[in-house]
This record gives sequence, structure tokens and C-alpha cells, in this order.
Amino acid sequence: MKVSYYPGCTLKTKARNLEDTAIGALAVLGVELVELPRWNCCGAVTSLAQDDLLHMLAPVRDLIRAKEQGSDKLVTICSMCYNTLARANLLMRNDAEKRDALNRFMDEEPDYAGEVEVIHLLNFIRDEVGWDKLRAAVRRPLTGLRVAPYYGCTLVRPAEVAIEPAVDATVFEKFIEALGAQLVHNPGAFDCCGSYQILSHPKQALAASAELLGKAKNKGADVLALSCPLCDYNLGKRQNELVADHGLESKLPTIYFTQLLAVALGLDSSLCHFELNHEGTRSLLEERNLISTVAV
Amino acid sequence: MSTTAPIGEDKIVAKVTSKHVPIYVMGKRYDVPDSLTIMKAMEYAGYKFIRGCGCRGGICGACGTVYKKPDDYKIHVGLACQTVVQEGMHLTQIPFYPATRTVFDYEQTPAVAEAVFKAYPELFRCVACNACTKICPMDVPVMDYVAAIKRGDFEKATELSFDCIQCGLCASRCMAEMAQYHIAQMVRRIYGGKIKPKATHLAVMVDNVKAGKFKDGLEQLKKADVATLKQLYMSKDAREIEPNMSEDEWVPTNNAYL
Ligand code: FES
Repeated sequence: MKVSYYPGCTLKTKARNLEDTAIGALAVLGVELVELPRWNCCGAVTSLAQDDLLHMLAPVRDLIRAKEQGSDKLVTICSMCYNTLARANLLMRNDAEKRDALNRFMDEEPDYAGEVEVIHLLNFIRDEVGWDKLRAAVRRPLTGLRVAPYYGCTLVRPAEVAIEPAVDATVFEKFIEALGAQLVHNPGAFDCCGSYQILSHPKQALAASAELLGKAKNKGADVLALSCPLCDYNLGKRQNELVADHGLESKLPTIYFTQLLAVALGLDSSLCHFELNHEGTRSLLEERNLISTVAV
Repeated sequence: MSTTAPIGEDKIVAKVTSKHVPIYVMGKRYDVPDSLTIMKAMEYAGYKFIRGCGCRGGICGACGTVYKKPDDYKIHVGLACQTVVQEGMHLTQIPFYPATRTVFDYEQTPAVAEAVFKAYPELFRCVACNACTKICPMDVPVMDYVAAIKRGDFEKATELSFDCIQCGLCASRCMAEMAQYHIAQMVRRIYGGKIKPKATHLAVMVDNVKAGKFKDGLEQLKKADVATLKQLYMSKDAREIEPNMSEDEWVPTNNAYL
């Protein structure tokens, strides 16, 4: 099965560990993620100003690229790209006046009215691969690994683009279970990591990160699974700071859900680019014999 | 048909044989022969170029010109030396537009995307309005190469920006106030010099040059008198010229100087 795929800029640079594992693992599951031949940055954040149409141009263009290809589905992996694309898509579907203005402005593009469906990879796996098939494809079950899912904000807010309704969401949990890991119910699963506030209000952002990691840790998690490079920056890459100065009692490695998938499907761990994760991630998986120790 | 061409309001400047059409240069009407390029039409109308004109061959990028046609909201663009006048067009040349170019130390600059991001942080102000692509007289997909640079794909950016002639019209339209063409040039330099594998035949040629392979020929030329130079340049026997639509494999029969 082939499906149009929007990578986003971060997956091409700082989060190769998120993209390469997704492409490799999905291939094992019989799905080819076909990158759009032309795409631009999604804009990264949805503008909250009602009349700020300018910042809708970038995500809508990406949706037009998918439509141009004759695709009715566009899969994406980064939570932020998902949120931005899905919200732009809703606007094009539901707001006739703004849709008209945007279509007129982009007079070099075919008109667009939300024909493409934006799908996050977790939902795509749920609906197009299915938990049974996923379970059957696992070569190296993550037995005994205690994994806490972390949705953060952008997969579930606002409600109209939520991959599943927040609080009741189970897709991440089922995904973790299908890989043979031990699911840890995470009371901080929908908390905010501090997001871009790390730039303007670093103290508050770091405190938020420390608190939510603490919640998962208290439930006995070994590792926190996520799907957003910005969340991983706040929660993973800055974790040593959280332990040193912000009251996080002990470390909790973070990992992209696609890396868990790649490991469980038995893919070569070099594909996982663990060097891009917090250093605790690789050592945890090595300790549990889920990846072999490799000389770096 | 032979007519007397009125230029400006009432000055008679030339007798020419062709149809005349009105064009408006910076708002002022001139009636010019309809077969001229914008550049020639402006000269016909009395303009003298000391800037905004270089090669006259569509290569140097000095003569970027924007125009509008009657009953059409679109901004059109062309190189003045290449674009033929159209009846009723309103035009102005934009031979130069102020643009930020960051000086960087090529030797010290690492071949990573972050180096370009640091030199040109305004890259991230792009909102994908596409005004740059729409104005490019060379049909370079400017917005697309900006997108490629933002994701660190230098190979793609190099490929997409290759036809750029640095006219700067993209920068004149950019609402993010960046100079796309300078950024692309930095990327091409880094990609060409530090990432793309070196061309081995080039190194061989450089060695040949250093070893003096062309020295004698050049000395001869330097000493030659005008008549000899003219003969070498003009004569079909002395100078074999590559045909206009030659195949890729074309080689001169006499390759003594290659
Ligand atoms: S004068 Fe050089 S491109 Fe027109």
C-alpha cells in the first residue's frame, strides 16, 4: 500500500530518528510512505489570530500538493505538522469566505476545499494496518519494557483535530501494547511540555517539563514515548538540566513511537539514530537486550 | 508602412518602418516600434543605460523589468533585453534592489544547514506566499528552493536555483524581507565546494593549466597584431564554431588547444 507522506522540516534535520524509523518500519508492514515531491514548511504553528490568513498559505499549499497528486490522504508524523496541516484543512473545508480569499490569493494553484484528509501516523497504523497485523509483525517484543505514552497538546487539541478525543484516547496505548511492551498509564499524557515557551519563559517551561516527566516516572515508567520533536527537545534533550535544577528526581529516557516500532519489528538499530536521543535511551534499550550494543 | 513616430508628447525623433505601439515607461507614454525589446524601445525613446544593462543576451541579470498589461491585475516580469514590447504595457526597470548579503568565511564555515540559518535567520520568516516564484524572469521555483534550504536539503536547493541570474527581483517582492538569491548562492557554494564529490577531470585540467599547457598559445595571441586576431576570430577555417543546436557529443575537429 502506498500513501502520500508529508515529512516536515525537523524530520529532515534534527529528528531523522523520527523519520527513518517510520519509513523503515512501515515498509516492513507493507506500507510505502511516498514523500510529496514538492513541499514547503507547514508553518510549524497555527496562527491563533482570526484574520491571519497569511500564515495559512504554507499548510494549504502542502495540502494542494497532495491533492495535485490525486491523493485523498496525507500521512504525517510530527505532532506539530499534523496539528498545523489538520487545522488549515478544517478551515478550507468549513470557512467559505476565507477559503475563497486564500484560493484567490494563490491564483497560481488549483482551488482547494479540504478534499485531502490529514492523518497522523498513529491513526494510520490503527486504521490501515490494524493492531492484529501489527502484533503479528513484531519480531522482538518489548517484553518488560514499561512504556508511558505521551500525547502532549498538538495531537489532541483543539478537539476538532484530535487524533482521538483527549482523556479517552487509547490509540497510543494500544500501539504500545501491540509491540509487547508493558503499558504504563500516564496521568501526564495530555500535559503541555512547555512548548515554545522554552524561548520566552524558560523557567516555567522547564518546570512544566519536570512535573510531567515526574508523573510518568512515579507510575514506574522506564521510558516515555512521544511523537513530537519539540516535546522531545523539552523533555529529552534538556532532561539533564531538569534533573540538575528543576526538581526532576531521576531521569526518564524519551523515545519516538516510531523508534519503539522499529526496535519491535527487529530493524537494524542504526536506523534508529539513538545518537539524536537523550543518552539514556540507547543505554536503557541495551540494558534490556532490545538492541545490541554497538561500538559508536 | 512608413510612419513618423511621435515620442513623448510632441517631439519627432525618428522615421522608422514598422507598426508603432504605445508603451508607458514609468508612467510616461512613448510610441515605439512593436518589434523592439523593452531595452531597445527605451533607448529608442531616448534613455541611455549606464546601469541596468549588461550582456544584452539574457544572462547577466542586470535588466530585470516589471510591467502590467491593460485589463490584467497580474504583475508581469521579463528581462528588458529579451522581452518584446506589448501594446499598452506599463513598465519600469528594477535593475537593483537593496539586498542583505552576509559575508562568510568559506574556509571556516562547516557544511551544515545551521551555518546558513545563522547567516540568514530571516529564512524562517517565509510564509510561502510564492511572490518570489511568480516574479522570477528565469522561472526558478524560488519558494521551493527556500523550502529546501529550510530543511537542510542543499542538493535540492542547488538544483532548483541553478538557473538564477541574480537579478534580485525575488528580493524586491519578499514579504519576509530576505534576499533569496544571496542565500541560494551561499548554499550552492557550500554544496559545490564541500559536499558534492569533486570532479576528477577538473583537477586534471587544473594541473594541465598549471603545467603550462596553454602558455604558448596565449603568448602567441598576446603578441598577435589586430589583423591576425581578426583573421583568427572571423575566419571559418581558423575558428570552428559550435553549431547552435549541437548535440551533447559535439567536439571540434581541431582540438589542439583543448
Ligand atoms: S542585459 Fe544582461 S540579462 Fe539583460
